Order: sequence, then structure tokens, then C-alpha cells
Amino acid sequence: MPALPRTEVEEIALLARLHLDPDELSRMELELGAIIEYFAALAQVPTEGIPPMTHAVPMDLRLRADEPAPSLSPSDALAGAPGRDGDLFVVPAIIGGGEP
Amino acid sequence: MTVHWLSAAQTAAQIASGELTASAAVDAALDRVASFDETIGAFLAMDPTAREVANDVDRRRKAGEPLGPLAGVPIALKDNLVTRRVATTAASKMLAGWIPPYDATVVEKLRAADAVIIGKLNCDEFAMGSSTENSAIKRTANPWDTSRVPGGSSGGSAAAVAAGLCAGALGTDTGGSIRQPAAFCGVVGLKPTYGRVSRWGVIAFASSLDQVGPLSRTVEDAALALEVIAGVDPKDETSIDAPVPRYRDALTGDVKDLRVGIPHEYFDGAIDADIRGALERAKALLVERGAQLVDISLPHTRHALPAYYIVAPAEASSNLARYDGIRFGTAATDAKTLQDRYMKSRAGFGPEVKRRIMLGTYALRSGYYDAYYKKAQQVRTLIKRDFDQAWHHVDVVLTPTTPTAAFGFGAKASPLEMYQADVFTLACNLAGLPGISVPCGLTGEALPIGAQLIGKPLDEATLLRAAHVIESVLGITKRPKAVA
Repeated sequence: MPALPRTEVEEIALLARLHLDPDELSRMELELGAIIEYFAALAQVPTEGIPPMTHAVPMDLRLRADEPAPSLSPSDALAGAPGRDGDLFVVPAIIGGGEP
Repeated sequence: MTVHWLSAAQTAAQIASGELTASAAVDAALDRVASFDETIGAFLAMDPTAREVANDVDRRRKAGEPLGPLAGVPIALKDNLVTRRVATTAASKMLAGWIPPYDATVVEKLRAADAVIIGKLNCDEFAMGSSTENSAIKRTANPWDTSRVPGGSSGGSAAAVAAGLCAGALGTDTGGSIRQPAAFCGVVGLKPTYGRVSRWGVIAFASSLDQVGPLSRTVEDAALALEVIAGVDPKDETSIDAPVPRYRDALTGDVKDLRVGIPHEYFDGAIDADIRGALERAKALLVERGAQLVDISLPHTRHALPAYYIVAPAEASSNLARYDGIRFGTAATDAKTLQDRYMKSRAGFGPEVKRRIMLGTYALRSGYYDAYYKKAQQVRTLIKRDFDQAWHHVDVVLTPTTPTAAFGFGAKASPLEMYQADVFTLACNLAGLPGISVPCGLTGEALPIGAQLIGKPLDEATLLRAAHVIESVLGITKRPKAVA
């Protein structure tokens, strides 16, 4: 079975924002390679002119009045946050190092 | 019958008549959990308010106040359904310690029906798996043979119901995750039509496929539960605005002139001989009761598995982007930059979840989208069209739920081998159709067998009617030996 090249596995992991250790990267090369090879069978199915199905049931977007209504309180919404400052989530610096 | 083996409908009826109290029903369930859950491993958390809620039901009954259709019935929930003030983990380390600030719509509906929620049930992490072995928290055993898996991903739900630890449970089904464990554990599992039940408060896996449904010991209970949880929800744009019938009225025992499709694609391949035999008995029974068997073809069936394993991971990779270590869930607070926070926090996902995020990211990335995701969505249209054609000739489709009975722990050596366990259940989700697994006897090794019925959109009533007939003759009357 064809393994997925290590550089490609690393590139996908970065896109997915997943830290993978060297063992995990090696396993992914083989496992993803095998699964993707299996997917490739789909290429043989003739689908020209077939619309892609995005929803299982016909759907019309339902609109509602644009009116304020009760929702989660800020304290409930922030209750699970690892870092908060008043009613704000605290995040690390976006660029460079150091504390926010 | 001992209280813990009563069906949900029987429990509700006995409580309503005063023959049984809600407190006694809930105590019986909690006693069972205390006695047997060390062996089974179904529960991840107990709801500390259960006894209080039961007492309140008893008090209101005495006061002559009106009660809901599930008043006092002990129910448990798959742990990917969020519960206000009760820890919800989806069996992942990523959500360890998270206490949701709200209830899922289905949970609100159960509470409104006066059900007593006793606890949260194990599953594969984020509902990704077919054996519950992917739970990051614990192992759940099959009550029929504790060396075997209960199926998955709603394995805790199926095992708890089969072991008499609760009167019924909710699960979720993205590719078979209600029906396959129901088959493995000898209980009824119903996946409603996509949109029939609100997904608000369901921890999202693959949003175009996920659906909530009941696991129960009887078809009547499945009908009752669906009456309670179905309906449009302003919080779920994909929920269907259609009346909710009294599904129990469909259980007439009459299948005369029902046209039952037998798709050869589901019977041609490798199926365990005992399962094949059980399905033959189901067919013969339906014919004896006046139904017509119609040979049909669903020619794109074999493409369902690869299409599913592109669509589901693609949607999962997007849905699971929310676990970023910022707003809730596990966070690597020692990270110095935002990107570092994301990468390190997300290391808390288990191997199968990482694999699916990687697969989904692979399939969706720029330049690959048409070859994978779009192609899979086109194949999905073809699979749905197969069924649309079939509905001109038949009312329901009958298949085995699984090609084998429950397998042993560690029996599936590779991810692809595990994915094959869903081979008969995936098409139903891809096409958005309702499906049910109903017990249909035991194998020579005394393991449960499930028969699957697939129906037209929103025609759960016909599924339940046919399943009820199969249950009445071929249903399992023995109790699982590990919990007898």
C-alpha cells in the first residue's frame, strides 16, 4: 500500500492545527495512504452532470424576525474559558512570543 | 416482571396508575447501575439530581398535576448530548471537566415529558467509531459476552439498555451509530429521517449526517420516544417543520400488502450464516403476514463506504476546529503564541479523531476538493436516487443491520477494517432516510442479530409497524447472561 509522503502528512497536520509527534506522523503516513487509496475507487464512478448533494432533505432557509431574545449570559458563556478578563476571552499573542 | 426490565411504556403506565412510584423506578435503575456497571462500563457520569426529579414527579402525581408521557421513566443519554450542569465529554479528553451551560433540545424535550435523566453514557470519542473502543475514558463491554464490544459509536447506550441499567437511552447515528450497537446488544435502535429531530446541543460530528434517536428494549418504546423528541426547532435550521404523529398508533400488527424491498446488494456479499438465516426467517414471517417481497437493486450501494469516509471526516475536520483551547475544553495554557495554543491543545484528541481530522483536511484542501468532497457528494446523489427509484415499487427495504454479530475487543486490526463494520448502515445516512434495527434472534453463540428496515423520508411510522411485527415473533426473550 502506498504511504503518504511525510512532507504531505506534515503539511496537512499544520493545516489542521494538529501537533503530531514523530510516531504519530509515521503511523499517519501508512494509515492515510491506505485509506486514500481506498477512496480512489470513487474516481471510477461516472458522475458527469450529477449535482452534488449538500443536504439530505430539500431545505428553504427559514427567516425569523431580527429581534433580540434571551441567550446565554456572558458569565455562562465564559464559564469554561481557560483564560478570561472580565467579559472577554484571553488569547495568547497572535504574532511573536511572550504573554498577551 | 422486575422493575428494571419493564419497558419505558410499561414503567410510565405503572407510575401513572400508581402501581409504581417514580422514585422506586429510578432507585431500581440506580441499583442496577451499582451492581452491574463495573462489569459493563456504560456510564461516564451520573446525574446527581435524578432522585430529586423522581421525587418531584411523585409529589406532582399525588397533587393531581398533569404529567408528561415519560413521567418517572429512568433514561440515560449518550455523552455527546449536552446537559446543563452535568459534565459532557463526548468521551474525549478534549472536553474533560467541561460543564455545559445549556441543555440540548432533545434533553429539554425529555425533561418536558417528565423523564428522569439518570446519567451520561460512554461512546466512541466524538461518536467516531464502531465499537466504543475509541472512547478516551473507558471500555464498555457487550452484556451478552463481556469479551466482545457493544458496537458503536452509541455503545454505552446500547449496553445500558440491554443490561437493564435504564429503561431507554438516546444515541446519535451518523453512519450507523445507533443501529449497529443496537444490533450487537439485542435492542431496538431507531435513526429518524435527517431533520426529524433537532440537532441543537448535539456535539457535532458530521452535520449533514448526524441524527439523534432512541435505543430501547421494545419497538413501542422507540415509537414513544420519537413522539417526545421529534419536531421542528427554531435553533436547528435543518429540522423539518412537519407534524409529529402518534407513532404508537402505527403498531397495528398488520403488514398485509406492505411492499418490502430486498436489495440483492446487501445479501450478495459475506454475511454470517446465522444472520442470513435470521433474515430469511424475517422475510418468511412478513410473507406469512401478507406482505409482498420485491427484489430490488440499489446499484450504488458499494460506493457508500468510500463516499461516507470522505464526507464524514471532511465535515468533522471543520466541526472540530472549534476545539481550539480558547473558549472551552482542554487548553495548553503554557503556549506562547496563538498557533502554538491551537496545536498543543488539540494534541488532546485521540488517534481515530486525529485520523479523521487529517482525512477531512486532506479531502477539503485546495486543489483536492473536486476530486474528493465534491465527487463524494455526487455519489451521495446517486445513492439517494437509487432509493428514490426503489420507493416507486416498495414501502420499506429490509437488510441485515450488520454482516457479523458483535466482535471481540481488538479484533479489527486496521482503521479500514473497522470502517467495514458500517457497510450496511451508511447509505441510510447519506440519503437522509430513517432506519431501524430490530432484534431478530440469536446466533449459535447466543449473540444478538439485528434486522434493518429503511424507510421513505418521514415515514418512521411504517418502519415501526414492520419492525413491531418482526419483534413480536423473532424478538429476543432471553436476558444477557452477564447481567441476568
